[in-house]
Amino acid sequence: MAQPAVSGTAQWLLAAASDIAARVDVLFFSLLALTGAVAIAIFVLMIVFSVRYRAGSRVDRSNPPTNVRWLELGWTFTPLAIFLGIFVWAAVVYARFYTPAPDAMAIFIVGKQWMWKAEHANGRREIDELHLPAGQPVRLILSTEDVIHSFFVPAFRIKQDAVPGRYTSISFTPTREGEYWLHCAEYCGTDHARMGGRVVVMAPAAFAQWLERGNSNPSLAARGFELFRRNGCSGCHAAGSSVHAPDLAGVYGRVVHLADGRSVVADEGYLRDSILLPKRDVVAGYQPIMPSFQGQLDEGELAALISFLKENK
Amino acid sequence: MSYLSEGYSLRSWLTTHDHKRIGVLYMVAITAFFFLGGAAAALMRLELATPAGDVVSAETYNKLFTIHGVIMVWFFLIPSIPSVLGNFLVPLMIGARDMAFPRLNLASWYIYVLGGLFTVAALVAGGVDTGWTFYTPYSTTFSDTNVILVIVGVFVTGFSSILTGLNIVVTVHKLRAPGLTWFRLPLFVWANYATSLILLLATPVLAMTLALVALERLFHIGIFDPALGGDPLLFQHLFWFYSHPAVYIMVLPAMGVASEIIPCFARRPVFGYRFMAYAILGIASLGFLVWGHHMFVSGQSMYAGIVFSMLSFLVAIPSAIKVFNWTATLYKGSIVFGAPMLYALGFVGLFTIGGLTGLFLASLALDVHLTDTYFVIAHFHYIMVGGSVMAYLGGIHFWWPKICGRMYPEMLGRIAALTIFFGFNLTFFPQYLLGWLGMPRRYHEYPPEFQLLNLFSSAGAAVLAVGYFLPLAYLGWSLFFGKTASSNPWQATGLEWQTASPPPQHNFEQEPSVERGPYQYSVRSNEYGSQVR
Repeated sequence: MAQPAVSGTAQWLLAAASDIAARVDVLFFSLLALTGAVAIAIFVLMIVFSVRYRAGSRVDRSNPPTNVRWLELGWTFTPLAIFLGIFVWAAVVYARFYTPAPDAMAIFIVGKQWMWKAEHANGRREIDELHLPAGQPVRLILSTEDVIHSFFVPAFRIKQDAVPGRYTSISFTPTREGEYWLHCAEYCGTDHARMGGRVVVMAPAAFAQWLERGNSNPSLAARGFELFRRNGCSGCHAAGSSVHAPDLAGVYGRVVHLADGRSVVADEGYLRDSILLPKRDVVAGYQPIMPSFQGQLDEGELAALISFLKENK
Repeated sequence: MSYLSEGYSLRSWLTTHDHKRIGVLYMVAITAFFFLGGAAAALMRLELATPAGDVVSAETYNKLFTIHGVIMVWFFLIPSIPSVLGNFLVPLMIGARDMAFPRLNLASWYIYVLGGLFTVAALVAGGVDTGWTFYTPYSTTFSDTNVILVIVGVFVTGFSSILTGLNIVVTVHKLRAPGLTWFRLPLFVWANYATSLILLLATPVLAMTLALVALERLFHIGIFDPALGGDPLLFQHLFWFYSHPAVYIMVLPAMGVASEIIPCFARRPVFGYRFMAYAILGIASLGFLVWGHHMFVSGQSMYAGIVFSMLSFLVAIPSAIKVFNWTATLYKGSIVFGAPMLYALGFVGLFTIGGLTGLFLASLALDVHLTDTYFVIAHFHYIMVGGSVMAYLGGIHFWWPKICGRMYPEMLGRIAALTIFFGFNLTFFPQYLLGWLGMPRRYHEYPPEFQLLNLFSSAGAAVLAVGYFLPLAYLGWSLFFGKTASSNPWQATGLEWQTASPPPQHNFEQEPSVERGPYQYSVRSNEYGSQVR
């Protein structure tokens, strides 16, 4: 593959480079031990029975059982109890992927046939690479310009589809410095196998240096403010505007009451829908007069606008 | 006069209403598709022997795995046991003269062939590159290959599934011989009955889904593509609402086959007959409630994921019961290791591994890492190839004397069964490791550290190919040169063994009257109770 040499995964045991990776591994190897024991027990029984009760062998075959109620109930309800235990365990670990730490660093990831773009808050962008500081909780906010892609970093044990028309996200903390494979895991067309690169986990100080080095872009929020004015958003949404539109200061994270009686938390997905599909979630007390910006903003511009709204307190 | 000698012309076969001849027609057709789909897989394994994409281009590789999936799922696995063995055996096993709707039965074969022609036409026209899953918006907006032709092929073939399912359901309800109560039915009949219910209920959803894909692709009606106002996850929900139960369409009949062969060759009544029947019904119904486990990282709600995960663990329970019961059936038996038995035991072993690895994928946090990697490929091939194809071949060997009145060569049969078992494990076991190490599926090229495991897998595919050609050769040979079979060469108890091999046109000289349940085997030779007096 035409990709940079990656040290992290070029070994037999998969590197565990995130906080969740260790938890996933404990679950994996516990389940492996359990299912391995069950499989071996079944195979040993099958082989022992096959040898012992082969046609012509002289062994006791009297009173063969055909229905043993306690046995049948036992091997129905014992697995049931064990399965429910595994289910709960795995669900608890899974919930961590979707419960970001309060201080999680948000990074926008945009998939596109066939590359990954990352947008850091300070405006630094990268393609087919993602640099992260070790020990810092991270929240990836994924979107795509075209088809479904899936952001897969085996060393982190994370995978999340990027779905057209919405945001998805996944949270974790990288823990071990190194370089790890980044793949696209959802089939996306001709060069699917080449869509990927590497994730670089750095010491926090080195990461801070890297973030500033060679970055001449304005921060995402600054770019968002520029877009907010250029696209005319501020004409209605600024304080003192003559048009009756919701004031957006501090909107992020707030509970918004909608005209149809629903209440939603204003997260990235809500802000995105409000820009592209403004008729979908109309705020209570306002007229549905906002035009849609569908087709006028690309994913990078949306990320900038939303970053601005998040910081606009 | 046997059903085979009712007429020798091509016309007599192509216009037959005899369920047995229609079963044979299906067998010929699905065998052709099996080797076509297998050829695509062979090319893929050849490509994956090296990390670089050097044998075929990325476009070609994507078309290969698409056509492999489409053909193997819809043109081999789904019709395999129900339409070939089910068609041939269900009326025989219940003492009926034919299916309830013989003309519909023939129509279903023609519809299958028509769907197959569309699919082959798509292949000839340049192929299709969406994957067998047709995920939107790639299939509706972005792919510039022959999506519509293949969708029409699958759509049309779906109707043959529906008709076969309908026929089997009505036949089992209405045409059982006197005395053949529900709990005297062989488990093969139970399995095909439950499968037919799934075919009837799930296939229409697939047809609607594919029709919607075609509407969006042709007329830009926004259903799945958000650029047109649609929702791509809606497609996944609809598609898996069919395609997860479809897994049970493939594996339930295989369980039915194993449940016939194992008691016969162990000379023991099947252990826990009623639990086995209930397990079949349990799998068929719970199977409709777990489709969302294909979507744990798709962006569906976390809470939906949790519910689907729990239900997926529940569906594993009846499968586990079946494995325990087959194992217990061996206890205190008098086991003969004929070729059908080797296939059946191979089925149980491989199904066990496939089922247990399914628990990893049902576990939410593990699925995040494992989904869309080779772990999933290995898991479902253990179920569908290790399970269903092994059982299908076991069934073909077991009922071969009944189908054509000739015995297959036993030693070659055993060698083929062992070759397939070995080749299968060599092909697919390394793929579990590849998946855990993080190799994504549908990759034309891969990082070089994965080469060794891929080489094992490709070598296994070569062994598997030999294993699959062996039965084609010796079964073909036995049609003309095999030993003539008696009516009941295995001393089996089912009704199908109480008539001549091959059976006469309307199956029985006189309507059988059923006296007892199935599997009245005994370890003392010759002491077994057939279902009729």
